[in-house]
Amino acid sequence: MNTFQDSVTTAFILITSLDPLLASIVLRSLAVSALACVLACSVGLLLGAWLGVARFAGRGVVLAFLNTALALPSVVVGLVIYLLLSRSGPLGFLGWLFSFQAMVLAQSVLVLPIVTALVRQSIEDADALHGEQLESLGAGIGWRGLILLWDERYALLTVVIAAFGRAISEVGAVMVVGGNIDGFTRVMTTAIALETSKGDLPLALALGVLLLLVVLLLNALIALIRHWREAREARGSWPTDTAIATAGQR
Amino acid sequence: MSNSHSMPLATDVLFQLNAVGVQFGHVNALVNCTLTIGRGERLALVGANGSGKSTLLRHLHGLVPASSGQMLKPVPALQAMLFQRPYMLRTSVQNNVAVGLWLSGMRWGVARQQALAALERVGLADLAQRSGKTLSGGQQQRLALARAWALKPEVLLLDEPTASLDPAAKREVESLMGEFADAGMTLIFSSHNLGQVKRLASRVIYLEHGHVLADAPVKSFFGEALPPAAAQFLKGELG
Repeated sequence: MNTFQDSVTTAFILITSLDPLLASIVLRSLAVSALACVLACSVGLLLGAWLGVARFAGRGVVLAFLNTALALPSVVVGLVIYLLLSRSGPLGFLGWLFSFQAMVLAQSVLVLPIVTALVRQSIEDADALHGEQLESLGAGIGWRGLILLWDERYALLTVVIAAFGRAISEVGAVMVVGGNIDGFTRVMTTAIALETSKGDLPLALALGVLLLLVVLLLNALIALIRHWREAREARGSWPTDTAIATAGQR
Repeated sequence: MSNSHSMPLATDVLFQLNAVGVQFGHVNALVNCTLTIGRGERLALVGANGSGKSTLLRHLHGLVPASSGQMLKPVPALQAMLFQRPYMLRTSVQNNVAVGLWLSGMRWGVARQQALAALERVGLADLAQRSGKTLSGGQQQRLALARAWALKPEVLLLDEPTASLDPAAKREVESLMGEFADAGMTLIFSSHNLGQVKRLASRVIYLEHGHVLADAPVKSFFGEALPPAAAQFLKGELG
């Protein structure tokens, strides 16, 4: 219990004193996971939307693989990326092993199936309800997917949170491809693992608390966006449209 | 009784169905359907749930392919379709109409302007900046009519357009349907409301289990001897 209390106290001091070491680890973690999310979402949102509306031979097999990829162990992803980026691997010429880029790449690969699978399900459900109406207006598969993606954008924020949560909390992949190099590739999860193994529980716990805080802040932000959207829909007014209409009348 | 109505002239034929069948898995939604639909007709499709009305409408609009037989369109005609529960995008009423025009190839700015004209036509111009999702059922259906009307279709297909509306909203939608038909638009609609069929249709097709059992001008349909199944349906609905 004492250890726990000491840890919480240390965590509080580290956070409030803006410890430079801690800050650098946190910022690096955020940068790696945010970039990985942007990359995974830019591919996964479009791919998921397309899979949600497209019907083709072998789609069931593709979906089975996609759903299986949801359970990809992060260390396995790390190992595969390690082999690809190692000097003798096909991407060895990039020289990315044990670098920031390698960690971004590994986390992108890790969360891509999550984004794709969840978006696919969401868009497929929306398409079952409204796809025919969009088709009747002349929307082909591509436009149908994009329109539904845009229309479901607020619901899909949850997918982005899930992806970011998965990325920032994983340890296996970044440990393998990043190497947990101090001041270079050390992120929150690898630092927690290291400090725990060294017995420095207060620092490990402080990092854990920060990790949770970051995700909590992100959730709060998404909740705010949703609240704003619901309030706007309830008001029923669309300021941007009004502005456009007014500009058009001038 | 089948096909006993006056046939349209060959040049006026918009749809010609020859023994069309539509299957969903093992279910025969439409069976051996042969009929001709001419320009300017007000065709009502009646029948119990699952009789094939919606399938026939969706096939006519190209949303469902035929499993057998074929549909010919001797004269290409622009068509639009309305659904029982229209899809509203999470955007303004004006944009909800404009998106249909934009998908038909119009520039977004022009589409938005034309959308306003269409909204005026259905009496929703005042709500142009409201979110489409916040409209009442009747308003949403009028918005869907505006979306269809904006495309300037020659044929308007409507799948139970007033099924979930209150009497006032029903009257408004019916009135618009009547006005569109008076302006020369071909109307093909499904309905369970036989009063509405009497008011709006010039011809009625009765479907049961995917089969066309009766096809007659509206006066004959309600006034003459019908096949037993159609007569029983009519009796049940009117009773």
